[in-house]
Amino acid sequence: MTSVRPDSSHLAVVPAYNEAATVGDVVRRIHADAPEWDVVVVDDGSTDATAEIAHAAGARVLRLPFNLGIGGAVQAGFVFALEQGYDYVAQVDGDGQHDPAELDKLIAHMQANPSLDVVCGSRFIRDNGHRYPAPISRRTGIHIFAFLLSRFVRQPISDPTSGFRLYNRRAIRLFAKDYPHDYPEVEAILMLHHHRLSMEEIPVRMFARGGGVSSISSGKSAYYMIKVLLALFVGLFRRRPLPEPGGGAPVAAETGI
Amino acid sequence: MDNRIQLVAIIGAAGLLLFVLELVRRRRLLERYALLWLLSALVLLGLAAWRDGLERLANAVGIAYPPNALFFVAFAFVLILLLHFSAAVSRLADQSKVLAQRVALLEERLDEAERRAREADASTDEGAPLAREDVIEPVGARRASDR
Repeated sequence: MTSVRPDSSHLAVVPAYNEAATVGDVVRRIHADAPEWDVVVVDDGSTDATAEIAHAAGARVLRLPFNLGIGGAVQAGFVFALEQGYDYVAQVDGDGQHDPAELDKLIAHMQANPSLDVVCGSRFIRDNGHRYPAPISRRTGIHIFAFLLSRFVRQPISDPTSGFRLYNRRAIRLFAKDYPHDYPEVEAILMLHHHRLSMEEIPVRMFARGGGVSSISSGKSAYYMIKVLLALFVGLFRRRPLPEPGGGAPVAAETGI
Repeated sequence: MDNRIQLVAIIGAAGLLLFVLELVRRRRLLERYALLWLLSALVLLGLAAWRDGLERLANAVGIAYPPNALFFVAFAFVLILLLHFSAAVSRLADQSKVLAQRVALLEERLDEAERRAREADASTDEGAPLAREDVIEPVGARRASDR
């Protein structure tokens, strides 16, 4: 099995840091459930056999020489996609919590709404648009971000920490140039808003982690909260970039509560 | 002001100035980063030597004991320098991130090119060209060993 198909324009970016236990299955599941997708695994300076296992499973592998954190790893995927001329990028985490079978749903939603630049898979909305509660342990943080972001971007955001997202070429170009660092998903939504790119959430199902250790341990979550809150509020005062020529301006430019 | 503290301040500031100049001369310190150090050493030396100026500065900001004004100025420079270096480190971190990503991308491209070259070699050796799908890659092999 080879993952290189020049006729395909879909790329699944799988960031993986010491995910040897799960990354092989993730790659094989994408090949099985979403066969039109190419797979590139970004090995974020792993110390285990993540890169070898991903390569053996049929993915192309970018080996970062040292650990950059999830933001730097995913951005490497965006640069790769930009240089290889992919039309769509989706992030599928290497720990197996995203279901590759849902990729079709993301693509279908974007093709049904061509004005969208990003489609985000959310755990917390149902098909009828109603929310259901997050696990109690992580509810507080996610809901604070969701509350703040929804006001900043004036659009309901239910799952701001979801990495399961589909990006079109405009979004790929933006994030290949500039992507937030440590915990990028929350800030990325604010960036999309500032750059007048549009996004929408659709309900997806996610799995519990297949193995490995989450990058957000309980000890780090307070640091995570403070860091992302700082980034959000600083982001509000950042100079607004000019809209890209020819781009639509579906979202209001001003921000504020 | 006590003469002894003035002497200590002058010697300290002059020593700092000479040390920074020596580091620049030996190319251990880039001029870009030496400028701020030179500026702080010069200002401190000036205030240490010019007693009247230091006393006026102390009066202006309400410091009762003039040598404390000298410490105050020195502390302000230390803060500015630290912030300056935090900014420099952030920039370096950004640059090294871009380098790491480029290295990974180039390595993957080189890998892919070498694999294709090997396949091309194999197909010319055996006459019949192999389809890409038929090439079995060594499982888990690292690039250095399968060259």
